[in-house]
Amino acid sequence: MNESLRNIWTILKRELTGYFASPVAYVFIVIFLLLNGFFTFMLGGFFELGEASLSRPFFNWHPWLYLFLVPAAGMRLWAEERRVGTLELLLTMPVTAAQAIIGKFLACWAFLALALALTFPVVGSVYYLGHPDGGAIFAGYVGSLLLAGSYLAVTVATSAITRNQVISFILSVVICFFLILAGWEPVTSLMVRWAPAGLVELVTGFSVMPHFASFQRGVIDFRDLLFFASVIVFSLFGTSVILRGLRGA
Amino acid sequence: MIDVENLIKEFGPKRAVNGVSFTIRRGEILGFLGPNGAGKSTTMRMITGFFPPTSGRVRIGGHDIAEEPIAAKKLIGYLPESAPCYSDMTVNGFLRFTAELRGMRGAQIDAAVAKVAGLCFLEGVLHQSVDTLSKGYRHRTCFAQSILHDPEVLVLDEPTDGLDPNQKHEVRQIIKRMGQTKAIIFSTHILEEVEACCSRAIIIDRGTVVANGTPAELKARAETAGSVHLRVRNVAAETLKSKLGSLPVAGRVSLQDNTDGSLSARVFPRDKSTRADLSLSVAQTATQSGWSFDELHTEEGRLDDVFRAITLPDSVKTRE
Repeated sequence: MNESLRNIWTILKRELTGYFASPVAYVFIVIFLLLNGFFTFMLGGFFELGEASLSRPFFNWHPWLYLFLVPAAGMRLWAEERRVGTLELLLTMPVTAAQAIIGKFLACWAFLALALALTFPVVGSVYYLGHPDGGAIFAGYVGSLLLAGSYLAVTVATSAITRNQVISFILSVVICFFLILAGWEPVTSLMVRWAPAGLVELVTGFSVMPHFASFQRGVIDFRDLLFFASVIVFSLFGTSVILRGLRGA
Repeated sequence: MIDVENLIKEFGPKRAVNGVSFTIRRGEILGFLGPNGAGKSTTMRMITGFFPPTSGRVRIGGHDIAEEPIAAKKLIGYLPESAPCYSDMTVNGFLRFTAELRGMRGAQIDAAVAKVAGLCFLEGVLHQSVDTLSKGYRHRTCFAQSILHDPEVLVLDEPTDGLDPNQKHEVRQIIKRMGQTKAIIFSTHILEEVEACCSRAIIIDRGTVVANGTPAELKARAETAGSVHLRVRNVAAETLKSKLGSLPVAGRVSLQDNTDGSLSARVFPRDKSTRADLSLSVAQTATQSGWSFDELHTEEGRLDDVFRAITLPDSVKTRE
């Protein structure tokens, strides 16, 4: 195996076992699943809608659910390293900062993917009750995972800014909230009344909402993939700049 | 193995390290001394590639740490100042993790971990979580990490800090043993440690190197170095002072009354050339005059005196 892949894998493995070595992982997964169930069946009106689809009752809540849960899962990634001082240890190993950033990001993303995968009973329910569009559900999951990845990448960057996990959490919630609001329908419909169309489009362009919406509808569009990929790459690159800056370069 | 050339590090307007240069060859153990905040840790962080220097360069085994960081870092074992460890891991897990990052595999890892666990007395806690360990164990765990891959270059920031006297002794023994084949730099506040294991010492103050030499050379710079100390009984202070002061090789003589009624004289050489003959002359004078003395020795000079003389701010010196 290539040396850099091996380093990424080593770091990924450490982070992931770190999650499960403490109760954090279990608490997180339980809360995630409970909230998902609550939103889907109570607030989402899964049964009242009377359609065999996950788009509205299930995926609709994810941007809001992730808004708090993803920063909570990722806030410690760098902040903790900085607080304890292990950052110095890690970055003086024969490892590049990029490998460490990617390893940590992938570890937490894999953890989120696991939590998301554990929502499978919801899928079972729609299949049991009716004949849903399997492709749309798949696309929804892909979109949800990419959404989580984008929030996570933002959290990775904010977590590198500070040694305080709470600050890291709040910062990433605020940034992710902006990523939602910029394209959230109630906000855009307000903007349309006074702003020129070009500006509305520019602001909405920053939002995860329209891109996530097309996944929700069951469309996997290259442009949406590109959007999420660029949010992730940009944030992770930003993280490497932050890490270099804090070492006084 | 370690080449440090004119290192400068600025944090904003503050210059923490100001033109530090030195080389450490294989088989050398360099003690890195200096008051708190003198720039020791910053220098070590630049050597290990954690801080990029504002200017100057560091080469490890010929590899520039800025240009070939990975090749250089592979040669280094590093113990940071606070001896940080991942607290959510077991000692074994932590050591295996660092071994993997060092590029070891399978049986190699088992052997390396078993070896350092033995060297650093960690066998009993291998499967304990790091955050349940006492400070000494945590420190040794991080130290174990630094020697795990048998590195060519060891950079140790206060390796004996927070250890009990036995552990200090053990760590010094390990450093000394490894120093025969490696290039080692370690910082410390304990001056006896420098005398006990270093082949060379550097004193750094306010970001610049103010002394560089073997411990013996540094000690010779002490004010009292080369003076002869004589302790006599039942001799009048006047006679003692005049007789010793009239010796052709002697310079200043200072006297001190001891609590047990004896009298101590410190005779300084007139100049460097008379150093060698001084103790003999003093001894002859003492026997010829029939003084009863129970102590006579030449002062080597003490490292802490040198350290204090060099690094005390001028304001404090004048106050004293």
